[in-house]
Amino acid sequence: MQIDKETVRKLAHLARLEFDENSAETMVNDMNRMLDFVAKLDAIDVSQVEPLIYMNEDVNVWRKDEVINTITHEEALKNAPKKDTDFFRVPKVIEK
Amino acid sequence: MSAYHRLADIQADLAAGKTTCVALAEGYLSRIKARPELNAFLEVFEEELLQQAAAQDARRAEGQPLGRLHGLIIGLKDNIAYQGHRFSASSKILEGFESLFSATVTERLLAEDALIIGRLNCDEFAMGSSNENSAYGPVRHPLDTERVPGGSSGGSAAAVAANLCHAALGTDTGGSIRQPASLCGIYGLKPTYGRISRHGLIAYGSSFDQAGPMTRSLEDCALLLEVMAGPDQFDATAARKPVPAYSDYQPASGTMRFAVYEEVLQGGLEPELEAAFKAKIEALKEAGHTVDFVKFPYLDLLVPVYYLLATAEASSNLSRYTGVLYGKRSPEATDLRTTYTLSRSQGFGEEVKRRIMLGTFVLSEGYYDAFYGKAQKVRRVVRDETRKLLESHDAILSPTSPVAAFKLGEKSNDPIQLYLADIFTVQANIVGMPAITVPFANNSAGLPYGLQLMCGPWQEEKLFSLTAAIE
Repeated sequence: MQIDKETVRKLAHLARLEFDENSAETMVNDMNRMLDFVAKLDAIDVSQVEPLIYMNEDVNVWRKDEVINTITHEEALKNAPKKDTDFFRVPKVIEK
Repeated sequence: MSAYHRLADIQADLAAGKTTCVALAEGYLSRIKARPELNAFLEVFEEELLQQAAAQDARRAEGQPLGRLHGLIIGLKDNIAYQGHRFSASSKILEGFESLFSATVTERLLAEDALIIGRLNCDEFAMGSSNENSAYGPVRHPLDTERVPGGSSGGSAAAVAANLCHAALGTDTGGSIRQPASLCGIYGLKPTYGRISRHGLIAYGSSFDQAGPMTRSLEDCALLLEVMAGPDQFDATAARKPVPAYSDYQPASGTMRFAVYEEVLQGGLEPELEAAFKAKIEALKEAGHTVDFVKFPYLDLLVPVYYLLATAEASSNLSRYTGVLYGKRSPEATDLRTTYTLSRSQGFGEEVKRRIMLGTFVLSEGYYDAFYGKAQKVRRVVRDETRKLLESHDAILSPTSPVAAFKLGEKSNDPIQLYLADIFTVQANIVGMPAITVPFANNSAGLPYGLQLMCGPWQEEKLFSLTAAIE
């Protein structure tokens, strides 16, 4: 597997990141080096092994479904980069 | 004022009237001001601390009961939430963000009367092993400011080592408590996965992350774990298991059996560390303990497995930073797409972007099974083999880091060199088991080396007993 600029462009789109020409080049190199590094995993056959997905041992941890008002409307808007009295503001999404 | 190593000594002096919380707080604050070059703190809560210290002194004078952590002046790594305080994970993307609630660990410290002195610098989103990835500049090693303190909890380690606070909390995803603790010559514990609630920690790799204490004594380490551990209604992965009285540990008696990986002594350590580690092994044998050299054929795979899984989890966790609801929005954003892409591209640092990109790749269609899925399978093999090894041994022993504190810039241009700094620490996170680092030697330049002990899941009591017996 070799990462090229096109792959970096696609991945950047998926991750909602942007790279200019120079940093895209650096990213291609860095990612290829990292893929070479993780290629050590090729040495082990795990075709018969189940993946380990959950690290916690407890299953079905229940608690009462109680309504708690953890934050107020005002608090929720507190850290918004842009807001009005009631809402988060974002640039226009749908053009008329 | 002499430097305290144990909270118990601080509390004894408080009880005897030899010092006050205000005097203690002033001491830490003046030492912080004397060492601005360390860049350990992102923010010091000076006035708030002095007020709370005075309030605690007043309560003591009135004979009111005080919590188990009274007199403890502690710093929080800047990825652990504290209500009403700024909170950035050392990232520009959270510039100006203020936390609406406190982490469960923060609540539990406060409930026992700990006094919080400030927010500690760290690698951005806890991604790094040298604290050079902070958007607010690198942290420097207290003993040699040309060198790094380790990372990602580098500010925590440097602050405790330089006595800028008595203890600190860190978080550990691949070694981020233990490696800087080792490089700075203090104690650091990564508990069993699920021992401490993760509620209120800024998530990096959710199946790896654990908060833990960074302290100047083993006693304090055990006490802080006892206070913070236990179930939490806000984190279903925090285990229901009862919390033992960790602070009551006694040094283990009798002889113990340790496992040491053969590969560790096959040229992977810097020479002075190799000599110190061998001498430690000899000393253990002379004391009647058994040290078995064992083969662990997966050692080479640990760091790759860690980077595949942790970056995948990171790419998912960090997708929440969009510039919409909170954090920094790019001023150049003109529509929804550029709100996301420009805010993220301008807000995240290089290493964070690198890890998001790798994580996005290993989770993407066509590569998921070959990379992410495979790493999850290797994770099971590594966990099962580690369990087996710990059925026949009390602990796995290794240096915490293969080198002492290195120079700033020495490894930062080579991500893979830096990733290998985690070679001995990542295993505990991959398998979810507890591990501790204790200072055990210095090199000829006076820089500390840490010794790591790792035990089976939920064996923190044993970890403390063993450590007390052999340190």
